[in-house]
Amino acid sequence: MFKTFLIGVVLGIAAAAGALYAFPAVDQARETSLVAVAPNGGTLETFHINIPMDRIMIGGQAEGSPVPPGLRWPADEILADVRSEMFKIRNARDAVVGVAVRTAARRPDGNVIDWMLHLPARGSLFVSMEAQPRDGGVRVGRIVSGAREFALLTGSVGERWVAGTSTDEDAPAGRIELRASYVAQMEPVELLEDAQ
Amino acid sequence: MKHVVMLLVGAIVGAILFGIALLYNPFAANRSLSPLTVTDADIISFGYSPVPAESIVFTNNGESMHAPNPEKVLQLWEAPIRQTSAMAVLLHDARGAPAGIGVKFSSKSESTRLLGAQAIIDSTWHIYAPNYGSLFIAQTENYWSFLQQVGFPAWRSSSSSWRGTWHGDVTAGPGALGTAAVSGASGLLRGLEMEAVESLSVRAFSADHGFVSAEGRLIIALPEPAVADD
Repeated sequence: MFKTFLIGVVLGIAAAAGALYAFPAVDQARETSLVAVAPNGGTLETFHINIPMDRIMIGGQAEGSPVPPGLRWPADEILADVRSEMFKIRNARDAVVGVAVRTAARRPDGNVIDWMLHLPARGSLFVSMEAQPRDGGVRVGRIVSGAREFALLTGSVGERWVAGTSTDEDAPAGRIELRASYVAQMEPVELLEDAQ
Repeated sequence: MKHVVMLLVGAIVGAILFGIALLYNPFAANRSLSPLTVTDADIISFGYSPVPAESIVFTNNGESMHAPNPEKVLQLWEAPIRQTSAMAVLLHDARGAPAGIGVKFSSKSESTRLLGAQAIIDSTWHIYAPNYGSLFIAQTENYWSFLQQVGFPAWRSSSSSWRGTWHGDVTAGPGALGTAAVSGASGLLRGLEMEAVESLSVRAFSADHGFVSAEGRLIIALPEPAVADD
């Protein structure tokens, strides 16, 4: 009888270890990446933010009606010229795929406009935008860094405001479009002996 | 029949023993000394409160332990962001003076391996500090030691809470020494590639409501000046 109990203990340990190994503790939901090949190399991906429904936060000392209601933005003088907005971001199929923050600040050595995009199943992108928009209202920025899937990518991101045309009561007032152009960094690859 | 019952009882006891061994695994690494504490490089230090009620904004799926703040903030309920939290905090310098704004996005990681004592969070920070400029921190964090030494005791407690002093580095990568990757984009930090470590000091934690009293710290090591070859 005791032998049977001991066999059960061993089986219990093995089953618990096997279950932990076989079943992932975390499983992120994924939307299919909608990426197009650019004619001059690299790939293109478009995200957008529906305004106002995807806006999580608008913070700044000059903001009249803060988002979300009840937000208490710090009144410290050092943050007088800083404005930060947080959003949900959507893919080209209008599905929410991540979150993003846009921070703008006035500095004596040049104004700052940064985006940080976070797509939980894929990674994150950090983009530094030009201070002034180009013709057509498009502001272009450089991908400074990335994490996970985006760690080895460089490229650029363009942002522009597209006003909404729908007269529906629930329709967004417009959207912020982010068009990312990714280029893979050239990484030295070791030659495999099999290839000789 | 008796043998079948004993086999089942043994299996249950085995599974419980396995769980206890996992929770009290003495071989699970608890890194309390940051590699950046022994660096010769100049460092920038930012402090913040990880307590959601003390943040500027904190949001998640609305069903997690930490309650969103302010109450009416948009929640992250869509499937791809359901396991993500977003937080904006006021950062302080080493003397406690306001130094900038930090936004942190954190997602549960699919690289979590409980068998390997790894409870992983993929997180990124965007920091704007007027005296320095803007920077991006990408890191994986391992909360296993925290769960083992604070979370589980709080859950087991009759009051569902824990009080004491717990300090630990949560940054576990992607750097070879377990440091986070940092990129500067503007101001004094423009073009700099740096390393960072995030640590937590927890004094009170509730299994129902999360952090009650805690401080977070980000230590960012600036690149060491290049030494000219002789």
